[in-house]
Amino acid sequence: MAAFDEMTNADGSIRPAYAPLAEWLRTAPPDLLTYRRQEAELLFRRIGVTFAVYGEKEAQERIIPFDIIPRIMTTKEWRGLTQGLEQRVKALNAFLKDIYGRQEILKAGIVPPDLIYLNPAFRPEMAGKSVPHDLYVQIAGIDVVRVDADTFYVLEDNARTPSGVSYMMENREVMIRLFPELFGQNRVAPVENYTDELLATLTSIAPNSASSDPTVVLMTPGQFNSAYYEHSFLADKLGIELVEGSDLFVKDEVVYMRTTKGPQRVDVIYRRIDDEFLDPLVFRPDSTIGVPGLMSAYHAGNVTLANAVGTGVADDKAIYSYMPDILRFYLGEEPILKNVPTWRCREPEALSYVLDHLPELVVKEVHGSGGYGMLVGPHASKQELETFRKKLQQDPEGFIAQPTLALSTCPTFVESGIAPRHVDLRPFVLCGADGVRIIPGGLTRVALKDGSLVVNSSQGGGTKDTWVMDV
Amino acid sequence: MRISIRHETRYQYSASPTRVTQILRLTPRDHDGQYITSWRVEVDRPVRLSQSEDAFGNITHTFTAEGGESLTMLAEGEVQTHDANGMVTGTSEKFAPELYLRETPLTKADSAITSFAKEITEEARGDRLNQLHVLLAGVHRGMIFDARPTDTTTTAAEAFAMRRGVCQDLSHVFIAAARSIGIPARYVSGYFRRIDGVVDQEAGHAWVEAYVTGLGWVGFDPANGISVTDAHARVAMALDYLGAAPIRGTRYGGGEEVLNVFLKVQA
Repeated sequence: MAAFDEMTNADGSIRPAYAPLAEWLRTAPPDLLTYRRQEAELLFRRIGVTFAVYGEKEAQERIIPFDIIPRIMTTKEWRGLTQGLEQRVKALNAFLKDIYGRQEILKAGIVPPDLIYLNPAFRPEMAGKSVPHDLYVQIAGIDVVRVDADTFYVLEDNARTPSGVSYMMENREVMIRLFPELFGQNRVAPVENYTDELLATLTSIAPNSASSDPTVVLMTPGQFNSAYYEHSFLADKLGIELVEGSDLFVKDEVVYMRTTKGPQRVDVIYRRIDDEFLDPLVFRPDSTIGVPGLMSAYHAGNVTLANAVGTGVADDKAIYSYMPDILRFYLGEEPILKNVPTWRCREPEALSYVLDHLPELVVKEVHGSGGYGMLVGPHASKQELETFRKKLQQDPEGFIAQPTLALSTCPTFVESGIAPRHVDLRPFVLCGADGVRIIPGGLTRVALKDGSLVVNSSQGGGTKDTWVMDV
Repeated sequence: MRISIRHETRYQYSASPTRVTQILRLTPRDHDGQYITSWRVEVDRPVRLSQSEDAFGNITHTFTAEGGESLTMLAEGEVQTHDANGMVTGTSEKFAPELYLRETPLTKADSAITSFAKEITEEARGDRLNQLHVLLAGVHRGMIFDARPTDTTTTAAEAFAMRRGVCQDLSHVFIAAARSIGIPARYVSGYFRRIDGVVDQEAGHAWVEAYVTGLGWVGFDPANGISVTDAHARVAMALDYLGAAPIRGTRYGGGEEVLNVFLKVQA
């Protein structure tokens, strides 16, 4: 099946969003793209945006390949997508409030209780506790893929500590420097104000007890974390302190930051550290990167954590397959964005179907992420298929399977010239006490290998600037 | 049975610590068969003891202390108990029993525990209560009570591999084994009035509650090899030791620390 190309229709005509770019590409001198690509690489090296690849002998720092041809959507296309994203995040928040509250959805028999109770991402410590403004997911990175002009599928709801937004911003900055003429000619919606919107969101969720000018900090696990660059980048742009656990302390259920002028009360913590390391008195006692007593302050309503503790139970791959029903249950609406049909291998009938159709399917670990431990049936060797067959039989509960989607393609500048490559998109959705904010754009990830459907940077994927513009 | 408890925990530091933060689960609650006649929790320092209830319904006291060369926590009071044939009713239940099938790092069943549980309970299959009694006897007989090789971070699998441990370890093994055969089980910390009349004890006690459909939660004490009786005073309950620990704390500074526990449990 031919994938939907976002620039070129099957008959060779150019889709409206890409008309100006196609014209520019047609008239640009042949070597220009090569020069610009070299320049882009230099710029990224100078900025120092790197990430660590796990699963290699030494988690080495690398630069994610950047493709200089932007991915473009029209304002109209974008508007349709944002409605779906907003709806999705509303449902995620309603689900989490219910799961840690009255659990109506379990009583209604829509989600099996063991998927919640036995889920490692479910935090019993949060049950029966309220969170400021009833918001659990303040920052979401909803991964979507496109299959035709009108249809988007959600691949993953990243509701824990989604990363990648620094790439969205850096990619744009680099593109503006490389192609000022393109930004002069086209009305591309800005993404630079993401951090303003993020700060407004974080400020809006301060506890009611906070002052009108609440103190917001960004908490990082430290410089050895693979996303440390993003943490320092964001703190800098937000104009807030970048703190580690040891910079904070709790006294009488209030969080303070050590400063040269003495302790300063902290109202909102944008934390980029996993739940289980947050507070050694409640979670892992061996965590040295958390803050003892933080959960007491949180439960007392004296500090807001963004995202809330325990949000992982909503973006779990096992829960994912229930999202359309979850959304209908809380909102009484039909989902705008589609869910990829999912076989839950824990169900015997689904398992036998999956085992029979392995070469056609994508198999994922329920608790995995980042494209690790994933099988792409159509591209797998016989041996890989056999390995997965065994894994599935041994631990069916640990896996889900999905059909191989024909991810849309976008023109990409590769060794052989400009060629279509498969892409996905991670838009960032901000959810504050004063409403939902979605920056027009996001992180487009592109599978640089011809025919590959795996866009993860750890698996040889690259990124693109994402343009939303009026045409 | 009237059980009178005096539980003092004293930390001594070689240098004055900058800050000590602790969560205490030292306050028992009433349920059928257990009535708290009197109880108090004190810290010998000018701290704000903030009382709350955790997700499992346990009463917690949290405090932060700064400076000082020693720190003493005292829990003291009297509990009236009645023998309920091990059944635990009238507790405030925050979760469905299925939650207590949840694995934790301390209670993860390795293949040794899984096969032990499976083999030993095979004959009693279909009768949960009987399975649990078989498990109780099996863990009690199969493991030697020995405080030397384990500490509070020892996992069920590690303790079972050594066939040694204290009440905490035996409880973790029992919990891991019960969950591995599909029986919800949870960790209980509390006090035990000794049958031999010995009043002074080195530490509080720990045991297990397991869920039997039709009956509800039933208490098993693998360290003593008995069902829970009116000699048990129940204080806190959770998925494992970490969730029910009488004291969890952290400390900045303070040099070396010496811990002494003075516990009297008597009529």
